[in-house]
Amino acid sequence: MKVTGAQAIVKALELEKVDTVFGYPGAAICPFYDALRDSNIRHILTRHEQGAAHAASGYARATGRTGVCISTSGPGATNLITGIATAYMDSIPVVAITGQVSSELIGKDVFQEADITGATAPFCKHSYLVRSSADLPRILKEAFHIASTGRPGPVLIDIPIDIQCDEVEFNYPENIDIKGYKPNYRGHVMQVKKVVNAIAEAKRPVICAGGGIISANASKELLELAQKCKIPVVTTLMGIGSIPLEHELNMGMLGSHGVYSANHSVYNADLLLIFGARVGDRAMASTNIIAKKATIVHVDIDPAEIGKNIHVSIPVVGDIKMVLNDIIDIAEPGDTAEWNAKLQKIKEEHSVTRKYNIKSSNTINPKYFINCLSSYLDDKSIVTTEVGQNQIWAANHLNVKNARGFITSGGMGTMGYGLPAGIGAKIGRPESPVVVIAGDGSFQMSMQELGTIKQEKLGVKVVIFNNSRLGMVRELQKVKYGGRYTQVFLDANPDFVKLAEAYGIKASRICNNDEINESIKNMLKDNEPYILECIVDPDESTL
Amino acid sequence: MAKHTLAVLVENHAGVLSRVAGLFSRRGFNIDSLAVGVTENPDISRITIVVDGDEYTVEQVSKQLNKLIDVIKVKKMEDSDSVSRELALIKVSANAETRSEIMQLVEIFRAKIVDVSKNTLTIEISGSTDKVSALEEMLKQFGIKEAVRTGTIAIERGNKFIN
Repeated sequence: MKVTGAQAIVKALELEKVDTVFGYPGAAICPFYDALRDSNIRHILTRHEQGAAHAASGYARATGRTGVCISTSGPGATNLITGIATAYMDSIPVVAITGQVSSELIGKDVFQEADITGATAPFCKHSYLVRSSADLPRILKEAFHIASTGRPGPVLIDIPIDIQCDEVEFNYPENIDIKGYKPNYRGHVMQVKKVVNAIAEAKRPVICAGGGIISANASKELLELAQKCKIPVVTTLMGIGSIPLEHELNMGMLGSHGVYSANHSVYNADLLLIFGARVGDRAMASTNIIAKKATIVHVDIDPAEIGKNIHVSIPVVGDIKMVLNDIIDIAEPGDTAEWNAKLQKIKEEHSVTRKYNIKSSNTINPKYFINCLSSYLDDKSIVTTEVGQNQIWAANHLNVKNARGFITSGGMGTMGYGLPAGIGAKIGRPESPVVVIAGDGSFQMSMQELGTIKQEKLGVKVVIFNNSRLGMVRELQKVKYGGRYTQVFLDANPDFVKLAEAYGIKASRICNNDEINESIKNMLKDNEPYILECIVDPDESTL
Repeated sequence: MAKHTLAVLVENHAGVLSRVAGLFSRRGFNIDSLAVGVTENPDISRITIVVDGDEYTVEQVSKQLNKLIDVIKVKKMEDSDSVSRELALIKVSANAETRSEIMQLVEIFRAKIVDVSKNTLTIEISGSTDKVSALEEMLKQFGIKEAVRTGTIAIERGNKFIN
């Protein structure tokens, strides 16, 4: 059947079971938009291309399916870059489709031309500049395959406008054969046995659970192994949700912004089992010290992560879910009773969720607020965060109850991520309550997306912790730069309640800890968008 | 730091070389030389890369290269088990007095004279990096006007194949 290139793209999206795309039109992508009009695929018009990329990422993280974002050529495409890079750093499956100027004009610096495959090369798992409409079905098929398998990541397809208009015989390939892409899913049997032996011998084992557990849907297996072998678990920022915060074996988030119990566990272990984590510097800074004390097991789907940041004794390349199942089948617990008892005590003594100061009557304690919020969220709920103090408050104080229930920009630390990611999450899982935790700084990086929320009638709830500061940078300047504060004062913040009203979104402001429970209940009572502004003391610390 | 030679088989299409080269600058790896050409299979090109670095670096380079979708295979070439060559064209000043001396040198190095003019000789030499450098060093006294070198290419000895 002959169709246009644009129709071929739409047909491919339908065959990939894409139900929603996030995008922003422009001249060079108009043929695609024209074809999309005849499809049942839902298009969400964001207010900025970056929002479209983040929303696709939030959608992917909430659902486990590949997110799709669309933009035009030139500035539309370059506006996607931060979103693509954010998805790349956190290994999120996203397919980005960009319009491009007509093939014969490429390289002539014509209006809205940008070399987007070149510009995004460092942040894409793979990219295509389409040279013939005949290639479109194969390229779309490959793009979705590459984005969603192995270590997931963003794939960009740049499609010149003439290719969108050319005719193509549409045959969607059933099979894929990419010579250079054959991910290894099954862990090596001998390596798995070595892991099992190490677990049996260990006295002080710890599991470090990363985002790989969540992307592989392996949290059930993680819990099973931890419980079977009585191994305490710490999570990375990306691993939050892989095990409930309140689980007795969960020692919390590790790293420079993590909790004492988690870091103590890692630095005193004799066996560290790193599952689907890339040992980033914020999680484990002193890898030499850790590796000297402990046998390091590293299981990851990406061979390049193994040995990159920490010396590994037992490497296993494979899908974490399969490898965990293989380990569980034959694992026997070691003698970890003493270790667990000690860690339980440390966890009690250093608990961050017990000593909230709620005396103030003119500011909200954000940590206490998040702790309260947890009790109103069910096991379907999703919380997304922005970046800054709000992110760490949420990471350490929220009781995340489901694996895909915490969506945050881990590797890139992208301000302006939380709101559009929340939009994507809500669209992907409309039955789930979605709460965006934001600061006044990061909220303003994507606040134009309130228009998207309103237009699409999305019941996204936004909590803004307003300290009129870039709180985390301010804290850094206090600690590391002798209190020489500079450029961290947001003294001309808008009235966020009025701003919400301008968009026709309900909102309220609280500044007394006594108001927290009522206001959360009120915010969550329906499926309407809502903004709750919480006035926070500028001196409130991150940890 | 030691030099390591990698043979990299890649898909023969546009943009692949820039992905490979970009990876090196992005990850902070040092390339000594890079040579690329099509293989016996026209769909596949072979890039030979000489990397400067320790074992850790070479392992990282290999793994990161393998992550590129367009990269089909990466193989580290062992010096003892492979033949490597580079090619150079060197244009050197020559007059009636020096010409025969230069030609003698060319003969000793089993190089070739590929162009001659009243004031110059252009010499083609292929061999190991060291051999090419040695000839270049010897020719300096006559005045090198221009020198151009390819990157190293390498192939394994005996009954071993990368394809």
